[in-house]
Amino acid sequence: MLHIVACIKQVPDTKIIKMNPKTNTMDRASAPAILNPYDAHAVEEAVRLKKRYGGTVSVLTMGPPPAVKAIKKCIEIGADEGYMISDRAFAGADTLATSYALTKAIEKISKIKPVDLIICGKMTIDGDTGQVGPGIARRLDMPPLTSVNMVKEINMEEGYAVVHRKLEDGYEVIQSTMPCLMSVEKEINEVPYSSMTNMLKAARYQPIIWAVADLEDVERTQLGLKGSPTIVSKVWAPTKPSGGEMLEGDAAKQTEQLLNILLEKKELFAAVKGGDGS
Amino acid sequence: MSFEDYHGIWVFIEVKDGEVVPVSLELLGAGKELADKRGTELAGVLIGENVTQLADSLFEYGADTVYVYDYAIFKDYRTESYMKALLECCQKYKPEVILYGATSTGKDLASAVATDLPTGLTADSTILDIEEDTGLLLASRPAFGGNIMATILCKKYRPQMATVRPKVMKALTPEPGRTGKLVEETASLKEEDIRTKVLEIVRHTTQKVKIDEADIIVAGGKGLGSPNGFQLVHQLAETLGGAVGGSRDVVEAGWIEHHHQVGQTGVTVTPKIYFAIGISGAIQHIVGMQNSGLIIAINNDPEAPIFQSSHYGIVGDAFEIVPLLIEQFKQAFNREAVDHV
Repeated sequence: MLHIVACIKQVPDTKIIKMNPKTNTMDRASAPAILNPYDAHAVEEAVRLKKRYGGTVSVLTMGPPPAVKAIKKCIEIGADEGYMISDRAFAGADTLATSYALTKAIEKISKIKPVDLIICGKMTIDGDTGQVGPGIARRLDMPPLTSVNMVKEINMEEGYAVVHRKLEDGYEVIQSTMPCLMSVEKEINEVPYSSMTNMLKAARYQPIIWAVADLEDVERTQLGLKGSPTIVSKVWAPTKPSGGEMLEGDAAKQTEQLLNILLEKKELFAAVKGGDGS
Repeated sequence: MSFEDYHGIWVFIEVKDGEVVPVSLELLGAGKELADKRGTELAGVLIGENVTQLADSLFEYGADTVYVYDYAIFKDYRTESYMKALLECCQKYKPEVILYGATSTGKDLASAVATDLPTGLTADSTILDIEEDTGLLLASRPAFGGNIMATILCKKYRPQMATVRPKVMKALTPEPGRTGKLVEETASLKEEDIRTKVLEIVRHTTQKVKIDEADIIVAGGKGLGSPNGFQLVHQLAETLGGAVGGSRDVVEAGWIEHHHQVGQTGVTVTPKIYFAIGISGAIQHIVGMQNSGLIIAINNDPEAPIFQSSHYGIVGDAFEIVPLLIEQFKQAFNREAVDHV
């Protein structure tokens, strides 16, 4: 029976987030907190694998107390258990410190029940790095399988998994020993609407919450801001071009002007010109 | 950790189908500037099977030294084998900076290496600089879905590492005959130490024009209303011999596949001409296309932010404008074709 741990994060919805034009900082309160969209696919994939092979799906997050909501969302998707590590000592963690803290939590979870597979989303939409998954894999000495867009096979008896790993211009088929860690692309699956049963279960569900003191063998210097080699020194709004020329007139006039502008770039159309233009 | 022991700017050289991928050459260009500023050398780390001869072109593109791991075990990229080679090389020669292309391979490798060293790693950088005296790397990147830019520093660890987006740095003009120092390294790895196998590599061949290599891109957004409306984008692209791009919205809506997505979570593009049709211009889209040569926006909302980032703008109905444009282009191309007969 597979025991899968899906690592998730609650993030501000960066599509909606507003900038304060005076200070060039983000108004985080303007954005609703959501389950990181890539992580929803990770949890969904874990649930699908559970249905295929049997087993249990645990989700794990690090965050402030309101992040419980993201765990509940995962229970709605079909996860069985939720774990959260929450402590001021974790604050300000970069990817290296985050992967350390999550690793310590996974070590504790695996004492409750050995972990066969870890699944993460490809990246978070607030950090955009995709580094935490591989970081956890290295710390637990598991092979990291990034950019996974299909899990072809899991063979528990022989202890291996076969996945498709997305490349810029295709994919590769990788066989890996288990346990291993996969970070998944969003095209791996579609997250369906939650069932009423799962929604009711999620509403009542209370995750297990650990502070640093609940974890074992923790080097406190590796946590949070202290354990983070990278620091953000400066934040600014991306420079925007000042805006160009608006073409005037009716549609025919506008397109004619544009055509003349573009036809000056003759060399670009060399391949098209002389053809039938279709 | 004594920082004085760390010297040189390194670039991980990614090889695909026996060739160096373009981003590695771009990073040699960017790395050269950093190395010159620091008065140090620029090195490439080349890992693969039958790759040694590629070192010549790396020298021509600016590398002073190339460290080579040329063994059958490195035939395909695998995290564990490449990571172990690079870690060994790193511990032996102690570079102050390592740059990787922000590709599926580069990002995977850099994340693993950073954890094992351990050191800081900045993802998807788009601007690089270095402090001349301290050697502190200033790696800047779009953050929060492209809503802000942030400069990331790694003050207390070496080497400093960053992955860098393809197409944002410039390769140097190659200097024919320029040579450097080739250092052939021995790999102590055994196949049984590696826990993954590449069973097969499948390359898509259906994509007509690759979006990151296209000179002309016609991109469409939610403003086109429906998958049917999005066909306009395909028609104009076909007329112009360009590639088709899309905003995050239309990719999420399933109108077009993800590898056509332009923007922070998609592809960074630098075509000579970029059409944004029915795209409002969320900042995450803008960061992916703002370095295009000529940006043309067509949108019915005069307040759409895309116009701020465009060289030419047309306020109007795409369903009226684009078919006219297609018609006029076809006529113009035919006229020229006739003139040349």
